[in-house]
Amino acid sequence: MTAPQSPRRPALAPALDLAALVSDRETRIIVCCGSGGVGKTTTSAALALAAAEAGREVVVLTIDPARRLAQSLGLVELDNEPRLVETPGTEGELHAMMLDMKRTFDDVVSAHSTPERAEVIFANPFYQALSSSFAGTQEYMAMEKLGQLRASDRWDLVIVDTPPSRSALDFLDAPNRMSRFLDGTMIRLLTAPARAGGRAGVRLVGAGFMLFSRIISKILGGQLLNDISAFVSALDSMFGGFRERADATYQLLRQPGTSFVVVAAPEPDALREASYFVDRLSTEGMPLAGLVLNRTHPPATTTLSATRAEAAAEAVAEAGGPGSKLAAGALRVHAERMTVAAREQRLADRFTSAHPEVPVRAVPAAAGDVHDLDGLRVMGEALLAAEGDTGTGTPRSRVLPVRPPAG
Amino acid sequence: MTGKGGTGKTTVAAALALSLAADGRHVLLVETEGRQGIAQLFDTPPLPYEERRVAVARGGGEVKALAIDVEAAFLEYLEMFYSLKRAGRALRKMGAIDFATAIAPGLRDVLLTGKIKEAVTRRQDGRPVYDAVVVDAPPTGRITRFLNVTNEVAGLARSGPIKTQSDGVMAVFRSPQTAVHLVTLLEDMPVQETADAISELTAAGLPVGSVIVNMATEPLLPQASLSRTAEGRLTGSDLLPALTAAGIAAAPEVATGLAAEAVEHARRWVAQDALRGDVEALGRPVVELPLSSSPIDLGCLFELADRLEGHLQTEAAA
Repeated sequence: MTAPQSPRRPALAPALDLAALVSDRETRIIVCCGSGGVGKTTTSAALALAAAEAGREVVVLTIDPARRLAQSLGLVELDNEPRLVETPGTEGELHAMMLDMKRTFDDVVSAHSTPERAEVIFANPFYQALSSSFAGTQEYMAMEKLGQLRASDRWDLVIVDTPPSRSALDFLDAPNRMSRFLDGTMIRLLTAPARAGGRAGVRLVGAGFMLFSRIISKILGGQLLNDISAFVSALDSMFGGFRERADATYQLLRQPGTSFVVVAAPEPDALREASYFVDRLSTEGMPLAGLVLNRTHPPATTTLSATRAEAAAEAVAEAGGPGSKLAAGALRVHAERMTVAAREQRLADRFTSAHPEVPVRAVPAAAGDVHDLDGLRVMGEALLAAEGDTGTGTPRSRVLPVRPPAG
Repeated sequence: MTGKGGTGKTTVAAALALSLAADGRHVLLVETEGRQGIAQLFDTPPLPYEERRVAVARGGGEVKALAIDVEAAFLEYLEMFYSLKRAGRALRKMGAIDFATAIAPGLRDVLLTGKIKEAVTRRQDGRPVYDAVVVDAPPTGRITRFLNVTNEVAGLARSGPIKTQSDGVMAVFRSPQTAVHLVTLLEDMPVQETADAISELTAAGLPVGSVIVNMATEPLLPQASLSRTAEGRLTGSDLLPALTAAGIAAAPEVATGLAAEAVEHARRWVAQDALRGDVEALGRPVVELPLSSSPIDLGCLFELADRLEGHLQTEAAA
C-alpha cells in the first residue's frame, strides 16, 4: 500500500550515516572535497577526531588550516610529517599533518634519484618555481601525499582535506593536467634541442615552432628555456614519468575502501559546484558517501512561521510592558531564522531533486569559528549523531522538517 | 579591491565603481580572474575582452567594465612590442600561450597589470579617458605578488620591453593615485588575512586604502540585553510574560525555542562585535556595508555605492 505522492513534493534525501562510515574497518580513505570556503578543513578534522574516538588509527592531511585550528591540532612545526594529537581518553589515535607541497615534491625527487642528481634538480630555478608556485602543484602533491600515507599502512584510516580551489573538480583534474604538462609534447619539443642535439623535433613542427621558441626566449629569457631543458632531462632518466605516478594515485581513489564526502555551504554557488562534483564522481566510478551541508541554520522550534512571528513581534512591542522589547526581539530573531532556514532547505531540495540518491547530513553553523578540539567534538557530534535525535523534530538530513501531508 | 575569497570583493568593487562614477565621471571596472562575476552582478551577458558600458550613474556618469583575457592581452602585447600579430594567432592555435603562462606564472600578472596601467594612463584630447579605474583584484593571499610586478619579472627579464613596462606599472601602483582597499567580514579568518595582507603590502611599498567590512548585521535584540543573553542567561520563562501580555498563546517549548535562538543570535553578534576592535586596530579607515537581505541587484549596488561615497568624502575631507 503506497500513498500517491503529490507531484510538487520534492524527493526526500536519504540520511547520510557517517558514524557507520568512519567505524567501518573497510573504510581506508575519506576524501573531503568541495569548493573553497565551505569548511572542508574543519569537516575533515572533526571526522578524523570522531573516527579516533570510534577506535580508529587515523591520520588527517589538512591543506591550509586556520592558524588557531592548526595550533590546537599541534601543527606548529612544518615538518611535513604526521604528528600525534593529544586526545585524552580516546580509544584510537589521531595524527594530523599539514601539507608542505615543496617538501613533498623534494621528497619525491629524493626518493627516486641519487643524492647528486637530486642536488642538481633542487638547484634548478625552474624546479624551484614549479615546486612552489605552479598552478596545480598543491593538488598534485596532496594526491602524492595521500598515496604515501595510504601506502605506509601505519594508519587504518586516512582522511584528506582538498586544496582550496574555486572548483572542487581541480583536485581530480590538476594532477593529470600537470603530469600531462610535464610529459607533454610542448615541453619535449621545447627541450628537444638540448636533449637530442636538435633537429628531430624541429622538423616535425616546422617554422611555427621555431617562432614560438624564439618568442619564448625573447620574452621569458633564454635562461628559462635552458633551466627547463636541464630539469626535464634530469627527471627523464630518473623515474618513469610523472603521468604514471599521478595515474597510480588516481586509481587508488577508485578502489573499494575509498569514500568521498562532498562538503557544501547552503549557497547556490557551493551547491552548484557540489553538483558538478557528484556527477563527475559517478562518471569516474568513484564512491560517494554523501553531501555534508555545512553551516545551516535550523530553527529551535518550527511551530511558529516567519509571518506569524513577525506579527507577534509587532503585537508584543505594541502591548509594551516589562520584557516586551526583549520578547519582540526574540520573535524577530525567530522570523529571520525561519526565513533563512526556508531558503537553505529550498536549495537543499533543489540539489536532491537533481541527485535523489545522494545521502545528506546538515550541520548547523557554530556561533563562532571552530578552532579547538572541543569545537571539533561538537562538530563531530553534529556529523555523526543519529538522524532523528535533534529534539526539535527536524531530522539531521534537513534544515526544516518535512511538512505533514495535508489532511 | 582585494579580500579573502567569499567576502564579496567583486560586489564591493562594483559598488565603488558606481560611487566614483557619480556626477558625470567615467570609471572602468576591471575583472582579473576570468570569472565573469561582474557580468553576473550587472546582469549582462559574459563580457568580451572589450570595454563595455554596464551602468550609468547620476549626472551622466558611466561605468564601463572589462574582463581581461590573458591570451588576448598576450596577443595585444606581442603586437605592440614585437609586431607579431599573425604569428600570435598561430601560437594561440598551438596552445602555446597557455603553455607560456603556465611555465612562467609571473607572466600572467605582468600582462594583467600592464593592461590596467594602460587604462589608467590612457589619454584623449589632453585628458585621461577614465577618472578612475577600479580593479576586482586577486584575493588577499595573492594580492602583493600580483601588484609587485617588478619583483615578479626580476626572474623573467632583466632588460627589454617587459622590464621597462613593469617599471612603468610599478611607478603607477606605488604612486598616490593608487589605493589598495581590503574587503573583510567580521570573522576570524578574513580579519587575520586582512592584517597579513596590510603588512605585506606596506612592506612592498604599495599604498593601502580603507578596510571595508562587508555584510555587517544589526542586532535584532535590544542592546541592553545582548551581553546577558550571549552568556546564555535567557530562558523561555523570561519571555512568556510579555508574550502572554500581548495575548499570544505560546506553548512553553516554543518560548524555550525562541530563547535558544535569541541566545545564539546574541552570541554570534557579540563574537562579530569583538572583531570590530581587531579591525580598528589595523589603523586604516574603516567603513561598514550592511548585509543585504535579498540577492544583490543593481538597486542594491547603488545603495552600497551611497555608503561608500559618504565614506570617501569623509576620508577626503580628513
